[in-house]
Amino acid sequence: MLAVGVIAFALFRYVGDPVVFMLGQDATPEDRQRMTEALDLDKPFYLQYAKFVGRALQGEFGLSLHQLRPVSTIILERLPATLELSFVAALLALLSGLWFGVYTALRRESWLAHLIQAASLIGVSLPTFLIGILLILIFSVTLGWLPSFGRGETVSIGWWSTGLLTASGLKALILPSITLGLFQMTLIQRLVRSEMLEVLRTDYIKFARARGLSDRAIHFGHALKNTLVPVITITGLQLGAIIAFAIITETVFQWPGMGLLFIQSVTVADVPVMAAYLCLIALFFVVINLVVDLLYYMVDPRLRIERAAAH
Amino acid sequence: MLARAWDSDLAYSFRRSPVTVVAALLTLTCVAGALFAPWLAPHNPFDLASLDLNDAFTPPFWSEGGKAGFPLGTDDQGRDVLSTIMYGARISLGVGIASVLFAMVLGVALGLIAGYVGGRVDALIMRVADVQLSFPAILIALLIDGVARVALPADVHAHIAIPVLIMAIGVSGWVQYARTVRGSTLVERHKEYVQAARVIGRARAAIMVHHVLPNVLGPVLVLATIHIATAIITEATLSFLGVGMPPTQPSLGTLIRIGNDFLFSGEWWITIFPGIALVVLVLSINLLGDWLRDALNPKLR
Repeated sequence: MLAVGVIAFALFRYVGDPVVFMLGQDATPEDRQRMTEALDLDKPFYLQYAKFVGRALQGEFGLSLHQLRPVSTIILERLPATLELSFVAALLALLSGLWFGVYTALRRESWLAHLIQAASLIGVSLPTFLIGILLILIFSVTLGWLPSFGRGETVSIGWWSTGLLTASGLKALILPSITLGLFQMTLIQRLVRSEMLEVLRTDYIKFARARGLSDRAIHFGHALKNTLVPVITITGLQLGAIIAFAIITETVFQWPGMGLLFIQSVTVADVPVMAAYLCLIALFFVVINLVVDLLYYMVDPRLRIERAAAH
Repeated sequence: MLARAWDSDLAYSFRRSPVTVVAALLTLTCVAGALFAPWLAPHNPFDLASLDLNDAFTPPFWSEGGKAGFPLGTDDQGRDVLSTIMYGARISLGVGIASVLFAMVLGVALGLIAGYVGGRVDALIMRVADVQLSFPAILIALLIDGVARVALPADVHAHIAIPVLIMAIGVSGWVQYARTVRGSTLVERHKEYVQAARVIGRARAAIMVHHVLPNVLGPVLVLATIHIATAIITEATLSFLGVGMPPTQPSLGTLIRIGNDFLFSGEWWITIFPGIALVVLVLSINLLGDWLRDALNPKLR
């Protein structure tokens, strides 16, 4: 799958004429020549490609054609913003999704459970950017409680700039993370609910009830634990989707992360930035899939036994 | 003929579900409004001669300063919001349906080939499908659209923006069709009618198209209904990000993006009404698709 990222990148690299773009139409031929040589654009295709792969492995993607700064620096500046947003959103989606899911499964007939079910159906149909716009309209424009764009104040810890330590940073995080997490939350809620209903019908739950265990112990100790395997799969895979959907949320809230950078570089045809972003996303997806596979072994003892037997 | 259709199982389960009837009516309203926009819309938003900048930022008719001529208000250029929504829905629906067709043809063809030919071809096609499935569709569509934008000169791209967009959304959605069709093809290819066709010496392509294809299409049509809603959302999202439909031919997503700029100055109607239209359209198509899936699934009866 890493190969996919590199291929996608290779396609990009040789498209358009970056020299004309950088210098403008009035540049003299000598200027162009100098620039072309400086960027190694006069070398043959395979040489450029080999050089690119070598440098990409060291995390170096060349200069941004638009900002004339190293792409790795630009991406590193933006990376913390996107990661913080994504993880807060994922955490929010997981916790509230779990809670809502368990609640709707246990109190199936209560009006609140019906309300949550109906809301989750609408949540699946609402596009992410509309949720963002609605939240901005309600909480920023009408009520004026929360900021609608940017990250607020950030604190730098080494190269990592965080918005989690300041009040304005935390306030700025609320709306974007709700926007980003809402869709995943409805997914998790529906999944937990159906899994939970399935598990509650099984014999070992009946046995646990017959042993006279408290409802609490049965629901959370026995039932919830066994619904977790599919939930982990989906959450893990959705983490990748969250990072991708962050493109939309970051555009709505002008959040200075990688997604916004990517959209901006698409509109100005900044090829190295696009390539670096895609490689990074591909890397994320590979790592996430790996971690999810490993988590299976931790959660499901049956898989461990199978593996031990195979040895 | 009509009476028989009324008595069929499908029509019966349709009448029994009030939600579905409402969804169907809403879908029909949206489609009709979009299809007949040039005749139904109160104004032609793209006829520059009829625009009057003095009408700009007129609020909806029920609020102060609203005019009956512009029921949902006007945007920054004095265009009637209701009319732009109708024309926008036309483009959204058109692009959505076209890209679903594109995805369907591509996916069904590849799935049929993978399932019937098998072997290395099958492995290759399904491996590509697996890789694509691990990435969100929106990212794939964004990628293809972005590449096209960079690869083609600006003036060429402006001319073929819509086909490129349809292709990008279509390519991002073919995997589901290919998987479904491959699965049913694997079952069908061992049945006697296929063997009979082979015995009488029909060409492989002819067997695939004339014998196997009609028998694997059922689930594909259900899939396509639900996919239309997804495709419309994808198109709206791309347009909202500014890489979809150009402002000269605004879809619902483009309208929301344009209106978003005026959210803070209080002109909420420019962005909220296209948003509502989009949600109603997508939600009702989704409900229809869900109902169709359940109604055609014999296990649930």
